[in-house]
Amino acid sequence: METKSLIGTLNKKGQKYVDPNYLFFEAPREASFMTGSEVIKEAIRRASVDLMVAYPITPQSEAAALIGELYAEGYVADYMRGESEFAVMSQCAGGAFGGARVFTTTAGPGTLRAFENFPMWVGARLPIQVIVTCRGINSPLSIQPDTLEMYFLLGTGMLVWHAETAQDFYDWILKGYIVAEQPDVHLPIAVCCDGFFVTHTKDTVMLTPPDMCLPPYDPYRSPVVCMDMESPPVRMMRDPFVMKSNYISYMTHASWQQETRAACERSRKHTVALIGDLIETEDLDAEILIVASGTAVAQGREAIRLLADEGIKVGLVKIKSLRPFPYHEIREATKNAKWIFIPEFNIIGWLAQEIKACIPNNERVIAGPHVAGGMTMPPEVIVERIQKTLGLLKGSILAGRGS
Amino acid sequence: MEERYRVLAGPEAYLPPAAACMGIVLPDPGQAHIEGRIVPEEEAMEHVARKFLEAKVPIIYPGPLVLWNWNEKAAQKAKAIKILADTIPARIIPMPDYRPKYPKINPEVEINPNHPNLTIWHNKNDVCMFVGVHCHLANLSLKIIRAGTSCYTIAMCAQAGHEDAMVSFRDATAEKIMRLAEWVSKLKNGGIPQETVSGDGRHQKHS
Repeated sequence: METKSLIGTLNKKGQKYVDPNYLFFEAPREASFMTGSEVIKEAIRRASVDLMVAYPITPQSEAAALIGELYAEGYVADYMRGESEFAVMSQCAGGAFGGARVFTTTAGPGTLRAFENFPMWVGARLPIQVIVTCRGINSPLSIQPDTLEMYFLLGTGMLVWHAETAQDFYDWILKGYIVAEQPDVHLPIAVCCDGFFVTHTKDTVMLTPPDMCLPPYDPYRSPVVCMDMESPPVRMMRDPFVMKSNYISYMTHASWQQETRAACERSRKHTVALIGDLIETEDLDAEILIVASGTAVAQGREAIRLLADEGIKVGLVKIKSLRPFPYHEIREATKNAKWIFIPEFNIIGWLAQEIKACIPNNERVIAGPHVAGGMTMPPEVIVERIQKTLGLLKGSILAGRGS
Repeated sequence: MEERYRVLAGPEAYLPPAAACMGIVLPDPGQAHIEGRIVPEEEAMEHVARKFLEAKVPIIYPGPLVLWNWNEKAAQKAKAIKILADTIPARIIPMPDYRPKYPKINPEVEINPNHPNLTIWHNKNDVCMFVGVHCHLANLSLKIIRAGTSCYTIAMCAQAGHEDAMVSFRDATAEKIMRLAEWVSKLKNGGIPQETVSGDGRHQKHS
């Protein structure tokens, strides 16, 4: 099945469909000062999205509402509100099964309420994009930043990227579709950020021209049939072919799961071509490294600057993609480090667990500092943790804060 | 040092890994892979032609994308597949759809992606080629075949290729299938030079 290329033609809003590589790497860019939520809107304006399903939950509500404006302006083909996050993700599946490019946003308890759908999207090979603006998920209620929900996403089989800045967000939303829709990948993608820190703060973002957009999704390149009630994956939902009690049925199910994980691995080469290596590094010759993702990277950068003022050299590893996870890259980047600090905005330290599992001599990994429930992570907290570990500091310079 | 994973004919394991998760990567345009090693497409053409000619029971498994007359390209591919099968000669057993077949498929007349081993075993198939199967379903089949049978698998893929096959082409067209038929014809007419496999997995020809 081949569809005619639309590149060079105009859509109904007068935007020109352009080659994605041209849009990402050659098209002129203009600086704009806007919030992360506004950045999501501007990325979707250029993403040729067919369907957006919305449901309010802080801190993604503003972005969801802004996409509604795009719908009113005619940039998004269809837009609806679901009855709950579970309904939203189910409706997204319906749209993607039908061959649409689908977008949605969620956060915190909404992510968990929707959760059954994420591994279903993966198994059905639906390249839906969900923006996760992370916030607290547990009782007592917190609407503030906390990345614990990402821990749960890591096992779904989805692609999971973690943006540090609004610029990451803008570029990765557009690039995420191109990676996720490759026929050898064709998986859902969660582009995550730390809520409020990215969504509700303003930053300078270099935007591509508003009159250029991605070419539309081509469902005929799907590795599974688009929509056929008689065939898997839809058939799985009405008459699970793998529920027959015999070895080969179970084997089929296991192989199906393996194939989705294989697809995630295949995304590496497409991802590297668009967003560069899965990690970014600075000063890897330093004996001390900070390894982080999301906002923790930004705080790590400040901590490195403060430590440099005191004559302590610290390197940085920014992890951009958590699924696929950059195992080999991290092994290589950390091979000379004596101490590896992993600052995280969650209480369990899931990133430290991942890194400990993939490097030799993992006693070098210092899991922390951690904050949670909406706490900020002042760079001084990272500085203090490093200084204490090195035996350069007794007591705490920050313990009295807020008293 | 850990040995590089090779995609070899099975039976490999109770549940073998997906080759992509063992570091096998797909070829770029103009390339193919032989047992996980990236090679120029022509090298794979010759290798596959030889495999077909050495086989006791070669079979081609065409899937829905080439079995049904969706468009002119599908029809052209179907004709090329028939010419290839006649040239080898190989049997053609179709995968007409992906519906689970209960209580049991008839392995004489079809193959199903959910239990392809039944058709392989029944027909004592030792070399096979998948063509026109949606990629996810092809990988599912190829891995199940590798797990439980000794069949040598080849994928003629219209998209990016398949790590779980022992040999995979990509961007398949009717012309590419015809080129494979030409390689078969050429080797048949010139005799088949012997081939050995060196320690690093490279195939070497001896006259």
